Amino acid sequence: MRDLYGRFGPWLATVFLSLVFIWLAGMVLAPNLMMIDYALRPNLPPAAIGGPDDSYSLDNILYLAGEPTHRAIFLKTIWASALVALVTFLVCYPVAYWMAQHATTGQLSLALLLIIIPFFINEVLRTLAWFIILAYRGPLNAVLTNLGLIDAPIRWQGDGGVLAAMVYAYILFMLLPIYNAIESLEKAQIEAARDLGASSWRIHTRVVIPHAKAGIATGFVFTFMLAAGSYVAPALLGSPGSRWFTEIIYNWFFEGGDWNRGAAYALVLLVLCLAVVLITLRIARVNLADVAK
Amino acid sequence: MSVADRIFRGLFVLYLAAFALYLFAPLIIMSAAAFNESRFPTVIPWQGTTTDWFGAMSADRAMWRSLWTSVLVAACVVIVVVPVGTAAALVLTSLHARARSFAYAVMVSPLLTPGVVIGISTLILWRQLGVGGGVFLIVLAQSTFIICYVMLMVTARLQRFDRTQEEAALGLGASRGMVFRRVTLPFLKPALLASGGLAVLQSIENYNTTLFVRGFETPLTVFIATKVRTGLTPAVNALALVIIVATVLGAIAYEVARRRQAARPRA
Repeated sequence: MRDLYGRFGPWLATVFLSLVFIWLAGMVLAPNLMMIDYALRPNLPPAAIGGPDDSYSLDNILYLAGEPTHRAIFLKTIWASALVALVTFLVCYPVAYWMAQHATTGQLSLALLLIIIPFFINEVLRTLAWFIILAYRGPLNAVLTNLGLIDAPIRWQGDGGVLAAMVYAYILFMLLPIYNAIESLEKAQIEAARDLGASSWRIHTRVVIPHAKAGIATGFVFTFMLAAGSYVAPALLGSPGSRWFTEIIYNWFFEGGDWNRGAAYALVLLVLCLAVVLITLRIARVNLADVAK
Repeated sequence: MSVADRIFRGLFVLYLAAFALYLFAPLIIMSAAAFNESRFPTVIPWQGTTTDWFGAMSADRAMWRSLWTSVLVAACVVIVVVPVGTAAALVLTSLHARARSFAYAVMVSPLLTPGVVIGISTLILWRQLGVGGGVFLIVLAQSTFIICYVMLMVTARLQRFDRTQEEAALGLGASRGMVFRRVTLPFLKPALLASGGLAVLQSIENYNTTLFVRGFETPLTVFIATKVRTGLTPAVNALALVIIVATVLGAIAYEVARRRQAARPRA
């Protein structure tokens, strides 16, 4: 702090500190505190606010635990997001390994460019693309029917469609951290393992993956968080039977008109994501500072 | 090379091809559908090539209004996030080790918060103050996490900064304000431009956060998502193709500028 004042003088240093304070206190902390406040209060008509009924309780959060449909959707969102992260990992790992250890410089920069381009295009458009492909009379069904692989068109919309679009949307968040982690692995270590008679499988499970643990954990954390908090993919590609937790939250705000319960649900989502982040990082022994790179 | 190795290699090339197909087929199909006469955007069956959908798109007043909203929001976001993110980076790098890692964790926390939660918490706070959803709240909610990106990019640049340059300028009689304006800021300029560009992109493409704080505004992403649900025609694909081309050109220009910058010897 003293360093800041010494470096930029009192005037500039105060401006910097105020800006950061407004951001962290006014835009990060205060909204979250207000959300917690909302989550703990009952939904009352304006006249009753501040009255005897306006007291803190866990009712809104317990409502989630007691309402079977919402509870089921909540639990499903958790495991489905974990599944998205797992599938994304399986899809990305070989490419990341190839890019980090085998690709030539030219192949590498081409691969990086090709992978980044789709991610400059926004998530709604990427989801729209999947909406078109997976449509009942869409290209995927047409191709599969023409090849004779299926007799009648399949209704892809629902869990399968949501999974495909989410994995697609989050590839970059998984691929780049893993690539960065594997890239720092010395080729000599892999060769040494091979010379000592290790199979490819063993080289990956005992040498490469342990080395890339931090990158893999980072990829998992981001993918899980983005998937659990996603609204657009389930809204456009889901079916009535594949609702996502964020859709329920949205309904509390804009259709159910109960902001308090909506805030409670949002709080549960936030706590869930933070818990997953912290536990995953703890298991992989990764520092938070290494995550955001 | 053994047979097993050769099979493995073949399979791997196949897998890379499948991966590339997975990455690009959706974008190509979506773009191609903009030229199909079919009323529902698809590529099979192809009912004839047309460019009418581009005309239909540019005649859509609602589309232009939503584009204007998005551009306005993005401009405001840049004005907010670049100064605040830079200040955050400067404060962060001036802290001592222990305080720094704590401040860092606090400053990246919005990136680890689901977008919907940022939108919701902003909406709730400002309702208490009597402000409803609209451009102001969209800017505020988006800035909350876009500041993090600016902070990270400027911090990365600052790590390569030689602080003795500031001291030398001070020793030569420059005021502290002048040192900041003439030494520190010019050094940070590439990072500021890059993070400004990233901020525009992040702002225009945001959906999850914006959805909750939009009030009666309809930014571009919301416009597209609504179209998908209420009446999708290839006019939306035409719009998508225009956005894709613009983004890819922007990305290439950015990459070229970055490489040129990296190639230039440091002054």
